[in-house]
Amino acid sequence: MGERALLVEGPSLAWVLAATEALRDRLEALDVVPAARTVLVTAASRAELARLRDRVHEIITDLAPAEIHNLDSPVEIRVRYDGPDLAEVARLTALTEAEVVAAHTGTPWQVAFVGFAPGFPYLTGGDPRLTVPRRETPRTRVPAGAVGLAGEMSGIYPRPSPGGWQLIGSTDAPLWDLARTPPALLPPGTTVRFVEDTP
Amino acid sequence: MNRALEILSPGPLTLIEDLGRPGLAHLGVGTSGAADRTAYLLGNRLLGNPAGHASLEVTYGGLHVRARGALTVCVTGATARITVAGRPADPGTPLRVPDGADLALGMPSHGLRSYLAVRGGIAVAPVLGSRSTDTLAEIGPRPLAAGDVLPIGPPPVELPHIDHAPARPWPQDALEVLPGPRRDWFADPNALQTTSWVVASASDRRGVRLTGAALARVPSRRHTELASEGMVRGAIQVPPNGQPVILLADHPVTGGYPVLGVLTADSADRAAQLVPGSPIRLTWSSGRHSA
Repeated sequence: MGERALLVEGPSLAWVLAATEALRDRLEALDVVPAARTVLVTAASRAELARLRDRVHEIITDLAPAEIHNLDSPVEIRVRYDGPDLAEVARLTALTEAEVVAAHTGTPWQVAFVGFAPGFPYLTGGDPRLTVPRRETPRTRVPAGAVGLAGEMSGIYPRPSPGGWQLIGSTDAPLWDLARTPPALLPPGTTVRFVEDTP
Repeated sequence: MNRALEILSPGPLTLIEDLGRPGLAHLGVGTSGAADRTAYLLGNRLLGNPAGHASLEVTYGGLHVRARGALTVCVTGATARITVAGRPADPGTPLRVPDGADLALGMPSHGLRSYLAVRGGIAVAPVLGSRSTDTLAEIGPRPLAAGDVLPIGPPPVELPHIDHAPARPWPQDALEVLPGPRRDWFADPNALQTTSWVVASASDRRGVRLTGAALARVPSRRHTELASEGMVRGAIQVPPNGQPVILLADHPVTGGYPVLGVLTADSADRAAQLVPGSPIRLTWSSGRHSA
């Protein structure tokens, strides 16, 4: 991808997570950027990229299936399930609102990648019954801490922004804090468990 | 006294930029930094500054500043009339600005973004390792406003070069494109170089939008959506309307439109100098580079 980057494509999100972890651990790259089916590796210069190219190939060829499982202890995110789209999600999934909440909190999620805004986690691996389309008309302003669903993913808005995800709840967890290293609470690979915060 | 640069008028848009924040893209923060790296680096080099010292990136000229303490500065990038204490001065060479004297930049006659480097660098507090304003992630200093007073760092040990650096020739040649990862999504990749493109006014530090005859997808990809993937500066993304967007320094870290080609680093710098309304040609790289 240009003079200073390689785009590596794999079969699945699980592959992306494993490849990202292996490339981060074993490669001196400028940036390793996971996405849905690809990992982007960038180098400081064209010469540096030439050196990285063979290593990248070696690392992804050697990917052991065991690396695909992340055994980190999950980060708990407390959520008030009071989102404006909770009823719509229940309708779309043919579940009750309580069942939507139970499904969202019932299985751990994993941060596949971060994007859209600093610290915005794209969470995967949740209950497949929660698969819903994005809203037909995106909102012009989604508040910070809003917890949403789109496709088979869940996400949390770190700060106010426009957005098209179906909002099912909200959290006070500080997703993005410049004073923290790293500033993102949920970097790629993090396991997340949502917990219902009852008033 | 502490040396500083006082902003009397920022013009349409003046930002503090350096080499940006590499290494944070996986957290949703792009590299950002100077849109034209070549021009930015040249200014620092001519002043004996290390490569990462922060400079001012001035879009469309109009900057008016005053020195507090004697400063040595250098203007590179877009060609604009420079005056120091009211007298014309040259670009691409170190300029002495005495204590209390003004420097003004006119509107560029060629190019879009001028860089004002200061010996010692703009020394505002860095955020995540950089003083750059990232207009997309909204990280770093806000755009400069009249009345801002910017601290200047201690002068480096190295002396300024006395030589004058020749500016890049204007007008610009075609921008050089390497094959992109989704070239096979397009019916006729060659159309990228046979089309006469015009720079659209909606261009900014996130990307240069081009208008021209729409680039068609192959029939099998016409209704397919691409899963978001990592993006780089210089990538040419083509949304379903067929009008390409060249990503600049503040591009999103991931994007969901297929990338037909990627500019060479030098051409990505030159893309940052394209003025809205001007024509531009793109040409596939002759093969000196590998994709």
